Amino acid sequence: MPTTALPEVEWAPPKTSDNGHGGFHHDGHRGFDRGDGRGGPRAIPPADKYRIGMWCALGAIVMLFVAFSSAYVYRQGLSFDWQPLQALPVLWFNTAVLLISSLTFELSRRSLRRDHTTPFRAWLSVTAVLGLVFLVGQYVAWRQLAAQGIYLGTNPHSSFFYVLTALHAVHLAGGILALGFVLRGAVRGRFTSARRSAVDVTATYWHFMDGLWIYLFVLLFQLG
Amino acid sequence: MSEAIHEAHVHHPPKGFIRKYIFSLDHKVIGIQYYFLALFSVLVGITLSLLFRMHLAWPNASWDFMGKLFPTGMPGGLMTPEFYLSMVTMHGTLMVFFVLTTAPQGGFGNYILPIQIGAEDMAFPVLNMLSFWVTFVALVVMMMSLFAVGGAPLSGWTAYPPLSALGSISGPGEGLGQTLWVISLAIFCVGSMLGALNFITTTLNLRAKGMTLMRMPLTVWAWFTTSILGLLAFPVLLAGGILLLLDRVGGTSFFIPAGLVVNEQLVHHNGGSPLLWQHLFWFFGHPEVYIAILPGMGVTSQLLATFARKPVFGYKAMVSAILGIGFLGFFVWGHHMFVSGMSPFSAVAFSLLTLSIGVPSAIKTFNWLGTLWKGKIQFKTPMLFAIGFVSLFVTGGVSGIFLGQTGLDLYLHDTYFVLAHFHLIMGVAAIFGIFGATYYWFPKMFGRMMSETWGKVHFWLTFVGVYCIFFPMHIMGIAGHPRRYSDPSNFKYLAGMSTYHQFITIATFITAAAQFIFLINLFWSLWKGKKAEDNPWHATTLEWTIPSPPPHDNFGGKVPVVYRGAYEYSVPGAKQDFIMQNSPEEV
Repeated sequence: MPTTALPEVEWAPPKTSDNGHGGFHHDGHRGFDRGDGRGGPRAIPPADKYRIGMWCALGAIVMLFVAFSSAYVYRQGLSFDWQPLQALPVLWFNTAVLLISSLTFELSRRSLRRDHTTPFRAWLSVTAVLGLVFLVGQYVAWRQLAAQGIYLGTNPHSSFFYVLTALHAVHLAGGILALGFVLRGAVRGRFTSARRSAVDVTATYWHFMDGLWIYLFVLLFQLG
Repeated sequence: MSEAIHEAHVHHPPKGFIRKYIFSLDHKVIGIQYYFLALFSVLVGITLSLLFRMHLAWPNASWDFMGKLFPTGMPGGLMTPEFYLSMVTMHGTLMVFFVLTTAPQGGFGNYILPIQIGAEDMAFPVLNMLSFWVTFVALVVMMMSLFAVGGAPLSGWTAYPPLSALGSISGPGEGLGQTLWVISLAIFCVGSMLGALNFITTTLNLRAKGMTLMRMPLTVWAWFTTSILGLLAFPVLLAGGILLLLDRVGGTSFFIPAGLVVNEQLVHHNGGSPLLWQHLFWFFGHPEVYIAILPGMGVTSQLLATFARKPVFGYKAMVSAILGIGFLGFFVWGHHMFVSGMSPFSAVAFSLLTLSIGVPSAIKTFNWLGTLWKGKIQFKTPMLFAIGFVSLFVTGGVSGIFLGQTGLDLYLHDTYFVLAHFHLIMGVAAIFGIFGATYYWFPKMFGRMMSETWGKVHFWLTFVGVYCIFFPMHIMGIAGHPRRYSDPSNFKYLAGMSTYHQFITIATFITAAAQFIFLINLFWSLWKGKKAEDNPWHATTLEWTIPSPPPHDNFGGKVPVVYRGAYEYSVPGAKQDFIMQNSPEEV
């Protein structure tokens, strides 16, 4: 009968884990080796957990909108009651605002990479404000449609318009919330060129929301 | 070798009952919370099944005491068809979502995965807590739908429109109850996605030094793959749920066709397609089957190796098979819709893809048998449930080959044959995975042993019981007995099957009663069980290197170093018949 004594083991130094608080470490990469001398550290360090988590989240969001898109195409191809809406001028304005916000986010990140703190914060604030302008613009678009008597249930295209824009707005609002947290960290001086994981991850999300809006805009108004 | 003990960063558990046990960030507490959420749901689900089984066996008998309990559903002790359907709907919904999706993944995955990869917690503890509480809210809403004004939802767990999309004009239970049902599922989707994201990140990012992907226990591979399926499948159900909800309350027509007359009322909707819901639902629904069963497969591999004292036969093939099943699972949803009028060409494609899942499934089955072959098998309770899992997986899988063929499915669709198939492979097999995992990890989780004797009694009663319940259903299905008929005695051609119904119902009651043995064993052992050693099964994976139950931060602020694969049993020349993953022993 084998004994249950635990074998002699080696313990590694503790990992840098911040237990979910903050996530502002960019230096949290752990070189990865097999522990038996055969592997050695990987040339490319594994991505940090915020990056992986963000890509997972984006994967789920892609699937959500893929599902809606296939429903859209299916419903459009099937029905005789499809009456496409025309893109309101305010939607073109909103599109421009969102594109510019991605640009300002990049300006902010460039400043951070050079440790220029003041423009970093300033461009970050501009990005958040542009995000809010976009949301207000979308609300204006809904009011204008409603004023024309076009509501959620009016025809299948208007149903999809309201559903898709509302869901995009909800996700973008999440992005603005994240920007708020990043701004708070920026004001407290928590970011440097070496510690900017949270900024980078938020930027990924923000650009994704930008791209998603372009996709929805094309799907809703430029195709079919 | 063991000189490298660096300074330990011991994380102390939070003080105060609420932070420690209610809104806990500790993956172990959250795992136990998921487990008890599933336990509550399974008790409700089984109770519902007892009610409708009674009705199926003796449809014209009057149960006076039941009439007092459910004055609207069973007036005068006779069950109404609507009440029957709502029981069936809630049984399916609770079992599929709140039992088979929560316990194997949210429960054991949460508790065991971080320890098995040598992490002190999940990657995002706050998110982990959120995903449990979101799931909890979903359960509360689902329970509310059971008691909704107008009756509990009765669209079945698949909630096919148009009836599920029309509101109360389509019948009792289709009003508020169905709305709450849809809302609950949407909330559930969000909770599951948060959980999946966390599992994937944890597995990719928090593995201990030396824990390469190909050294991970197969349980970790299973939980990891399940998470990918959940992450990509639940958003699609969420999309469908949002559209269904809008059809119900927003005046849209996504799923409701024009010109419907329901209960002598014309429905004012245009041009929607009920088939659209079926596509969205089953695109989620088929991966969901694997979400339920893959963790059980992982557990079975782990248990067979431990109790046969042999390495898992063909570890790499097992990993490929898990990934292959997960991948193929996304391309077979059409086999749920063969009778929907789809093009025969798509049906052939779906059929071929479906049958091809037989390949990785067979790889798993034969590797399990290969693991058992010439092993020094110890028939402990967890091992019995693992072998039971293999048996149920084969039985349920073989009938899947029947149903995957279009020609046969046209006949067997929506008969008791389908009930037998999916209950065996998805329901009971997954439950056996949960039982095996419970008996196996209970000592680790609670520091005490469960009773072996009563565990074996529980196994044999359950094993024989479930076959008695579900095996006759194959025959009934081939004889043409449709699903969801509340009173078979209304149909002459079904009259001959009443003996089958009575036999199944009696078997159901005996099997359900046997579960009290498990419950008593579980709760008795929590307080009175024999104290467990750190490694009572002489297993090799990392959870057995730490005390039972583990401290708050699992490894006492240190991180293990992993030197070898997960299943080094009976290695020739080794000191013992098992070498733990963190042992540097040279053989």
